[in-house]
Amino acid sequence: MYAQMIKSEATLDDPEKLAAFQARIDAGDKIEPKEWMPEGYRKTLIRQIGQHAHSEIVGQLPEGNWITRAPTLERKAILLAKVQDEAGHGLYLYCAAETLGVTRDEMTEMLLDGRMKYSSIFNYPTLTWADMGAVGWLVDGAAIMNQVPLQRTSFGPYSRAMVRICKEESFHQRQGFDIMMKMCKGTEAQKNMAQDALNRMWFPSLMMFGPSDKDSTHSVQSMSWKIKMNTNDELRQKFVDQTAPQAEYLGLKIPDETLAWNEEKGGYDFAEPDWDEFFEVLQGNGPCNVERIEARQKAWDDGAWVREGLMAHAEKRAALKEAAQ
Amino acid sequence: MSAALFEYLLRLGDNTLVLGHRVSEWCGVAPALEEDIALANTALDFIGQTQMWLAYAAEVEDKGRDADALAFRRDVWDFRSLLLVEQTNGDFGKTLMRQFLFDAFNVLNLTALVGSADVRIAEIAAKSVKEAQYHLERSRETVIALGDGTQESNRRMQKALDVLWPFAGEMFVVDAVDTEMQKAGIGPDLAALRGEWVAIIQPVLTSAMLTLPESDFAHKGGKTGVRHSEHLGHMLATMQFLPRAYPDAQW
Amino acid sequence: MSDLKKEWPLWEVFIRGQHGMSHRHVGSLHASDEEMAILNARDVYTRRNEGVSIWVVEAKHIGASSPDQKGPLYEPSNSKVYRHPTFFDIPDDVGAM
Ligand SMILES: [Fe+2]
Ligand SMILES: [Fe+2]
Ligand SMILES: [Fe+2]
Repeated sequence: MYAQMIKSEATLDDPEKLAAFQARIDAGDKIEPKEWMPEGYRKTLIRQIGQHAHSEIVGQLPEGNWITRAPTLERKAILLAKVQDEAGHGLYLYCAAETLGVTRDEMTEMLLDGRMKYSSIFNYPTLTWADMGAVGWLVDGAAIMNQVPLQRTSFGPYSRAMVRICKEESFHQRQGFDIMMKMCKGTEAQKNMAQDALNRMWFPSLMMFGPSDKDSTHSVQSMSWKIKMNTNDELRQKFVDQTAPQAEYLGLKIPDETLAWNEEKGGYDFAEPDWDEFFEVLQGNGPCNVERIEARQKAWDDGAWVREGLMAHAEKRAALKEAAQ
Repeated sequence: MSAALFEYLLRLGDNTLVLGHRVSEWCGVAPALEEDIALANTALDFIGQTQMWLAYAAEVEDKGRDADALAFRRDVWDFRSLLLVEQTNGDFGKTLMRQFLFDAFNVLNLTALVGSADVRIAEIAAKSVKEAQYHLERSRETVIALGDGTQESNRRMQKALDVLWPFAGEMFVVDAVDTEMQKAGIGPDLAALRGEWVAIIQPVLTSAMLTLPESDFAHKGGKTGVRHSEHLGHMLATMQFLPRAYPDAQW
Repeated sequence: MSDLKKEWPLWEVFIRGQHGMSHRHVGSLHASDEEMAILNARDVYTRRNEGVSIWVVEAKHIGASSPDQKGPLYEPSNSKVYRHPTFFDIPDDVGAM
């Protein structure tokens, strides 16, 4: 997901307070920033919301890669609006994390120096226009699957950011699928392009949900705190069940020979992604890790004089105002 | 008449197309998220305006082309964009200065076009001018703040102004097409807009601690298509890649 | 982490829409000053709807009794029709999307 492998922090708080806190969460209360919360809850949330925010921002890059090459004026507007939304999502999420006592600039620095991560999916390249279809359809599709339940997460600001984000996300997946439909009904070259995009994006999309539950040790605490709402495998299964018929509708073949409907479990059987590849990508060895962080670093460095300039102007104006009073 | 009108509409549409494309290049790499989102809004406005101008141009031309065909299938010499909007983004300061110089012109031009004798032009202008006013509000504020901000930001803004200034004059150059449009009550007297334009930009540049370059030398050739910048060809190579590589595809 | 350059302050944004009775909190953003905060609010939270009224308050000036539980309001811009999911005609037999 956009927040993969979030390690829950151990918490050393007073057991009575902890129990009362847990009772509030169990009762469906929202926790607000100024209320008491376990240190572990706070730290885990900073890490999770921060990673989610970073994913939105780094996620602008692979799609931003095609804005200047969109093939029609309307596609250009749609893609730009979509990628702009992702900037907005990052903005909302950083603000939610900031209520926990960390600033946006601090989180940015932690992204750039590698202390904080972002989703593995954005380290894959977008090579053809069909990738804009595949990313919207699969990547936003997978993101939605995780974000819809997160609207009910226990932390108020995170939950509210998710509500806003989910309203915007639905158009993202649909514009992606719309591109895929156009490609699949198009010329031979377009169909090939669409199949190629699915071939490359399928397993990385499955990786978005994080490692298999049996290898994912950090979920229990996060789930009882309601900052993780479903297990990785649950969501991955749901994603495959939703996506397989859509691929069929498009006339595309999911690159998994083992994919088959399992009547008994009422879902598809499917092959696991290559988890070694997943961990390599997380370690920084994905096809585009270096470029992605370089691009963010450059934007951050190049923008420094602008951020400072605007701030200096604001301070001068404030000083003038004060002197006039 | 319709040949001049077509030419005139291309000028309007190509300016927004080219500038919208340039501004969209910032998506994902702006100095702050708020600026990233704002620049994308500006680019989206321009793309929307392009769709309206070029759709009308295609109708006037009446040769079976549509807005996309005009945007994606013409080569450099058929473009009618101002040299100013073709200039590369450079740093954020150059982008904002280019924006400000154009926005001030665009507001004046569109305001005049709201009263155009051509109903379609008047309608498109009425919708576009509100967007242009907001663009101007934002670029004006930013130019002032960055000009006034730090030594470094002032230096960069002055440099941007110096570099872009020779491309600003082309906005007010009148040729036969403009004259024909003016006589038909369709377009304004561009030369007369210059005074109003200076009245908008001068106080802003003063608040921004920036000095107007002394020379009024102006490069020409963009809006007539006679001599574009080298930049435009590279932009089109990127922008038009897909429709050119897959000419029989629909997207 | 304290050697960071001075960060733009955080602002809370309140918007009254065309049909709204009063201003509602819609979210937060960063801006160097009040003027920029209003401009940014317009770009971030209204995607430029006409006829809205925007208030911004620097977050540190907000006094809070108890946290509010209301969800945020979002009004997508009317002219950017493609932002609405229904713009894309997805056949029924594709299933939920
Ligand atoms: Fe998003
Ligand atoms: Fe999205
Ligand atoms: Fe200001």
